[in-house]
Amino acid sequence: MNKKIKQKEFIIEKTLLLFAGITIITTIAIILTLFGESFLFFREIPIWDFLTGTTWAPTLKPRSFGVLPLLVGTLMVALFSSIISLPLGLGSAIYLSEYSNKKARKVIKPILELLAGIPSIVYGFFALTFITPIIKQILPQTEIFNVASASIAIGIMTLPMVASLCEDAMMAIPDSVRNGAYALGSTKMEVALKIILPSTATSIASAFVLAISRAIGETMIVAIAAGQSPMLNFNPLASIQTMTGFMVNLSLGDIQQGTIEYKTLFAVGAMLFMITLIMNLIAKGILHRNKVRY
Amino acid sequence: MIEQEENKQQKNDRIKSRLILNKPKNNEESINTSKENIKIECKDIDFHYGTNHALKNVNLQIMENRITALIGPSGCGKSTFIRTINRMYEHVVDTKIEGTIHLDKENVLAPDYDVTELRKKVGMVFQKPNPFPKSIYENVIYGPRKHGLKNKGQLDLIVERSLKKAALWDEVKDRLHTSALGLSGGQQQRLCIARCLAVDPEVLLMDEPTSALDPIATLKIEDLFQALREEYTIVIVTHSMQQAARISDNTAFFLNGEIIESGLTDDLFTKPKDSRTEDYITGRFS
Amino acid sequence: METFQQKNIRKRKLKNSILHIVLASIIVFSIIMLLLLLYQVFSEGLSRLSWSFITSMPSRFPDRAGIASALAGSIWTIGLTIIFSVPLGVGTALYLEEYANQKSWWTKLLQLNIANLAGVPSIVYGMLGLAVFVKFLHFNRSILAGALTLTLLILPVIIVASQEAIKSVPSPLKEGSYALGVSKWQTIVGVIVPYAAPGILTGSILAVSRAMGEAAPLIMIGAAGYISFLPKSPLDSFTVLPIQIFNWTSRPQAEFAEIAAAGIIVLLVLLLSMNAIAIVLRNKYQNRMD
Repeated sequence: MNKKIKQKEFIIEKTLLLFAGITIITTIAIILTLFGESFLFFREIPIWDFLTGTTWAPTLKPRSFGVLPLLVGTLMVALFSSIISLPLGLGSAIYLSEYSNKKARKVIKPILELLAGIPSIVYGFFALTFITPIIKQILPQTEIFNVASASIAIGIMTLPMVASLCEDAMMAIPDSVRNGAYALGSTKMEVALKIILPSTATSIASAFVLAISRAIGETMIVAIAAGQSPMLNFNPLASIQTMTGFMVNLSLGDIQQGTIEYKTLFAVGAMLFMITLIMNLIAKGILHRNKVRY
Repeated sequence: MIEQEENKQQKNDRIKSRLILNKPKNNEESINTSKENIKIECKDIDFHYGTNHALKNVNLQIMENRITALIGPSGCGKSTFIRTINRMYEHVVDTKIEGTIHLDKENVLAPDYDVTELRKKVGMVFQKPNPFPKSIYENVIYGPRKHGLKNKGQLDLIVERSLKKAALWDEVKDRLHTSALGLSGGQQQRLCIARCLAVDPEVLLMDEPTSALDPIATLKIEDLFQALREEYTIVIVTHSMQQAARISDNTAFFLNGEIIESGLTDDLFTKPKDSRTEDYITGRFS
Repeated sequence: METFQQKNIRKRKLKNSILHIVLASIIVFSIIMLLLLLYQVFSEGLSRLSWSFITSMPSRFPDRAGIASALAGSIWTIGLTIIFSVPLGVGTALYLEEYANQKSWWTKLLQLNIANLAGVPSIVYGMLGLAVFVKFLHFNRSILAGALTLTLLILPVIIVASQEAIKSVPSPLKEGSYALGVSKWQTIVGVIVPYAAPGILTGSILAVSRAMGEAAPLIMIGAAGYISFLPKSPLDSFTVLPIQIFNWTSRPQAEFAEIAAAGIIVLLVLLLSMNAIAIVLRNKYQNRMD
């Protein structure tokens, strides 16, 4: 009887260990598949041409594999979306943790959660059918597919994430710290800007990096609203293509394993993976480097 | 019933007499250790928790059907010690134990001694009542059911018997299927005792069982101990010397992981052999 | 005459009020955006929403197009994803919290790895699914390949949420069970999981609703856009609601934008009802415990 229980316990522990191991296998599999196919890609296309070329035409002859247009498109989307998500997210966090009362929080937090829970395909639809027409009305030279519209939608989508991460950090500061300042006659603004902000600076920075990383990896919004023209330009009102946008566009067609298209897909995917991984590690590094303890 | 009353009366007198420390000892009442059975014998216990040497060469005999109290200042190792008897330390990482603990002549620290069997024989009640967030009934049958008992009639019987032994039956018999968390603190602790009794233990380990309770609930549980003493061997950790003096037969005094002195409660409180024991029981100890 | 101090205090109070207004308008901005988004979707799509829209197959003609195959595909995929991801995620969390030695390098590696996986863009999981499930394991562009891809995608979310829930189980409860001679797994089943269930449930449902809204990874594994039959087995090819919506949104005609919006309404209703179920179940569990 007891031997049976012990055996059962042993089997269960090993099974759970196996489950946990799946997460490690996932990472290894991601690295192997992305870099395996990329390796084949770079045997045909010199890595230098890939990284510095300014023309992206992997499917049209004459083929050209300069990834800069995709990279610039991606970074533009990341930049413009952060103009919305970072300040507004931070502002929401300050309001929630320093200004609002319990009742207001109870209403606002679910709204932000709802905003964060809406699928990106819905934001894509919103960008194309609502934001773009408004921009076009104000600036008629705007193209139907453009960076600005997609960026605004991504900004709204990532705003709740910034708000929630920053707010968690601010709420972790004990009230005794605030009360000390209030007792000296400080206003809420002075407490928020001179005490709360500096002591949560690392968490805020980390949240910002994560939000930018999310924007870089965001796919459906840019696939719908930002366009499919990999041109190297810096005009937010023009159509571009991002790395993720390219990947979706290519996948909509039928691509066979072993073709240059298939390998290109993985090369771009590997680059996307590397960029987001490095940013996530940076975010984590910032957080650990300088933790203020109370 | 009448007999019990008499016992109680006797006990109360004894308690009263004990608290008058200078009163000479009544010979008839003194218990001769050599005639009793040793239930648990701990030899040369050394216990390490990380780099902390928590128990140093602890030797103690625990007598069958007696209440043994472990006293000493907080952090002295008394709680650590009772956790070695049912091997609860195994759930904490980075612990190391040396020595032997014989329960009925078998070394429970031996690797092949089954910990399930051990804990069925040696029950434990904790400092704060910790009933499961289930009904009263479910709490009591938790142990037996997990040990494989499925018969509803038998389970019902166990519930009634255990709750009666824990002096809780009359208070809860009409609401066995309501949540245990609705009980008062003292009732919860008696439920935890009933939960222990349901797996039919021989030894009960109590880790400051009344420290979270009010005086009236404490009194009820102390009365309960006197009844349980007939059937079980009880080891109780307490921070209250009065409690140790009131309820226990034997006492061991712990200090910095060592047993300074152990013996009959009456002797230890009236004529301590070690000056440190005396300092502690007279309150000169910080 | 106002003194210097009084002037200073007035200035500080004014600044404070300005910041208060600015911050409050940021919150109002978020709320307005949510309302605008919902208004846009409903004003476009509500007129197209009908029973035949839900029961019809997709079509080249917007008036006849429906979401039957996409809805069935979504239900199949999400059903399988739940079956795969919840046991795996909760099991991993149990391993990390109850079995693993918290100080060992292996546990630390697992934790770091899970945190990093949570930040990997969903489209990368799509590539993994394409290479491993579709090509290497030859599941082709099937529901099974899609569900496995989504499982890996939401696994980190379920693990982290379950870990939090398991951590919240008071250790006296676990000790109470162990002290009765009850084994570890029995304690997990008898005390730990019931106590942690509301948290596990909430986290899992949030993760599954994320999977339900995902289009990118499934497009990567080649979930086709035009499916005019209802899938009958996990090895059938499929499409899901978000992909169907994507296809319609990409069409230039206004009619297709309207049926895309109608599809979004269905998707949002599904997501909201899942969250409502989560809240109901959570309350039920919590009541039982108090």
